Amino acid sequence: MKVQLFIDGQAHLATLGSNLAAALAGLPGRCSVSGQPRAALCGMGVCFECRVTIDGQPHQRACQRVVYEGMEVAREL
Amino acid sequence: MSSELHTDIAIIGAGPAGMAAAIAACAQGAHVTLVDDNPRPGGQIWRGGPSQAPASASSTFRQLADSQARLLSGFRVAAIPAPGQLLLEDPHRAQVLRYGKLIIASGARERLLPFPGWTLPGVTGAGGLQALVKGGLDVRDQHIVLAGTGPLLLASAATLRAAGAQVLLIAEQAPWSQLARFGWALKAYPAKLAQAASLAWQLGGVPYHHASHVLAALGQTRLEGVQLQLGARTLTLPCDWLGVGYGLLPNTELLRALHCQISQGAAEVDALMQTSQAGIYAVGEATGIGGVDKALLEGRIAGLAATGAVAAAQALAPRRKRQLAFAALLDKHFALQPAITQLAQPDTLVCRCEDVSHASLQLFDSWREAKLQTRCGMGACQGRICGAACESLYGWQGSGDRPPLLPTRLGSLLEPTLAKANPT
Amino acid sequence: MNPVMHGDVLIIGAGIIGSALAEQCARRGLRVAVAEAAIPAAGTSAAGMGHLVVLDDNPAELALSRDGLARWQARRHELPANAEYRACGTLWLARDEAEMQEAERKQAGYQQHGLSSNLLPATALRKLEPALAPNLAGALQVPDDAVLYPPVASRWLLQNAQALGAQLWCKAQVSSVDDEGVARLADGRLLRARHIVIAAGNASATLLPGLPLKPRKGQLLITERYPQRIRHQLVELGYIRSAHASDGDSVAFNVQPRATGQLLIGSSRQFHDTDPAINWPLLQAMLSRALEYLPSLRQLQALRSWAGFRPATPDKLPLLGKVPGHSRLWLATGHEGLGITTALASAHLLADLLCEQAPALDPTPYNPARFGPWSLADQHHPVGVAA
Repeated sequence: MKVQLFIDGQAHLATLGSNLAAALAGLPGRCSVSGQPRAALCGMGVCFECRVTIDGQPHQRACQRVVYEGMEVAREL
Repeated sequence: MSSELHTDIAIIGAGPAGMAAAIAACAQGAHVTLVDDNPRPGGQIWRGGPSQAPASASSTFRQLADSQARLLSGFRVAAIPAPGQLLLEDPHRAQVLRYGKLIIASGARERLLPFPGWTLPGVTGAGGLQALVKGGLDVRDQHIVLAGTGPLLLASAATLRAAGAQVLLIAEQAPWSQLARFGWALKAYPAKLAQAASLAWQLGGVPYHHASHVLAALGQTRLEGVQLQLGARTLTLPCDWLGVGYGLLPNTELLRALHCQISQGAAEVDALMQTSQAGIYAVGEATGIGGVDKALLEGRIAGLAATGAVAAAQALAPRRKRQLAFAALLDKHFALQPAITQLAQPDTLVCRCEDVSHASLQLFDSWREAKLQTRCGMGACQGRICGAACESLYGWQGSGDRPPLLPTRLGSLLEPTLAKANPT
Repeated sequence: MNPVMHGDVLIIGAGIIGSALAEQCARRGLRVAVAEAAIPAAGTSAAGMGHLVVLDDNPAELALSRDGLARWQARRHELPANAEYRACGTLWLARDEAEMQEAERKQAGYQQHGLSSNLLPATALRKLEPALAPNLAGALQVPDDAVLYPPVASRWLLQNAQALGAQLWCKAQVSSVDDEGVARLADGRLLRARHIVIAAGNASATLLPGLPLKPRKGQLLITERYPQRIRHQLVELGYIRSAHASDGDSVAFNVQPRATGQLLIGSSRQFHDTDPAINWPLLQAMLSRALEYLPSLRQLQALRSWAGFRPATPDKLPLLGKVPGHSRLWLATGHEGLGITTALASAHLLADLLCEQAPALDPTPYNPARFGPWSLADQHHPVGVAA
């Protein structure tokens, strides 16, 4: 079963129950403080590299969250 | 907003150790609350729940479901506002949990060490990539290289292959002599040997190189390939994912915040799993890396001991010796080769939160000084990644942690007293 | 044992005061050594907010903070980028009409001393800082105030001194000093200089047990990066009341926008609590206070909180000058919460005194002798070195 989430306003489908960091993999991600592209590293809530803005709240760790219908994700913090 | 919960036994971490502790403590009639920051119980090893975990895990999941334990999933421990209290937070709420006794089953994380290109998207921990795949990452037909050290590389490779990935090779840094000795020693652990044999079977055909390591990840804005040292030769391979992990490190932040004695990176415990602080127990990887069997046993011992079933707990204690001996084997045979800590180039970033380079850190003599002058360790992860890296690269010991334990909403930090001092 | 170092000035303590003084003395051609017990700029200098702000509670505080700010301003372009100097100005926030009158009084005071400031009514304030609570009555804007990152600024001063020949002794714990210009280190080594300046913050009292210096605990909290949420340093007008309360615990709203986009939230003041761990109820009181002024803080992520200890004197003015009754022993400490602002001013003033030149500022209010003819002789342990 799929859910629809919005990544920077664009609709994307993801498998129900999947991890948000997994759903974002392969898409361009956040930039580091010096402007380098970054994506999930540890996959388990430790490294904070996978941070995104979820429903308007910045600095959320994608790897600790499960996708849900209507989830709004912005890759910049 | 209800914000205060009470429990006899609070258990932090719902991996095998925490689950076993909860089951044992509930069986003694105690009120148990199991807290975990992941969406579901299972920890890292059984991430994804019973459907994805091996059959041996299903009885633990079933017993937990049948128990009276209260499960707080998605909650992290944010701070310790007072003795006997934990401030918890999930994405929406804060919650104070008052406990009688505390069992810490905080698990482990991967040791991630810097090498050129390790900040490129597509480079992950070896266990990290496994976790992402368990979380739904699609790796069908993707070309993957795994590197680092320890049995986790094999477990990760098996998961990736089962998910349809092409694991191009595994680069194990330990030399053949060490691996052979480990294999020989494994004879004393038939279950582990069977596990290893099963993994080897699942990995049939994946080249496994010893005395080998990653030199650099290649790519501009995303990983495109990897440069490897395979024994005496070097090899460059195009790939989509690179998973690199140099073994596991116990998560000790909560233990340290509670002033529990830590030695060699893990919680010091007595035969009943009690830490140096009365009423606070530590179990599983938090007491030293030893795998799932050690975790289940320690969880049981602590669950019994914390609920007063001391004799039953003591009866289990001898079995722990064997698990500890296995843990010591892991430690000894997968010790890091010197080359691994010399991969960073001057411009390689060591602190990924604040983008602090190897060159700028080499100017300092201590973690504290480097932190104050370069912001190393001052970013979002609060030194969780670069702290271990700096210890491996420069021999620095971290200085005191500063609350909260993890980034926490300001509003949550106000919960404990607002609930009491301000009834309106 | 023979002294291992001979020089003109030995400075004990490589915090921002000792480092600024080392630079100033080195610039004047003096042979300088700095003895640091641990690592430079890691005590009170690393714990504070790094505000460069003119405070006007009394003429002596105003004179020193004003001189200090002017000196930082003059050198802002020399500072390394990671010293994070930001001329963000201060908004002194008024909650009601009574506080607005206080703002007007404050402005008159600044004006009298030729300092620029603007009174902002509520509407203008909201335009400048939309995140502030809508019920504020207005503010006094002091545009020249600034913030910086003290550990790096302090290290920069020390490196300037070293470039001019100053010697730095790290992990050099001084266990005693005498009036012959000899300092004994914990490891037994001796350092000798014509003058010894104790600039060791709160630790100064271990060398001079009679020193009227008390550690005053403060707690701060810093958030994740939220760029552009606020643009000015925000301080409640009640801040000085808190800063100058003679006793008891107090909190006052003070938030800085750091160059990183982080918000640094203060402040609290506490005597009698010498535990470096966070005092939770006081942290909560401080955050509650902050939310009254900036309600949207509630949703922001707190990254880290910590406590530090300001070296406070009974009149909240620093100790700059000779130790009374001594001829070679000097003090440069006791700056309470204004050590960063006043570091360069304090260094100039003390260097003038050391060089027997007339300082630009009247040194009398800061003279340690104002605390009476206290004698240190009874606690003083001579190190027994033949001159």
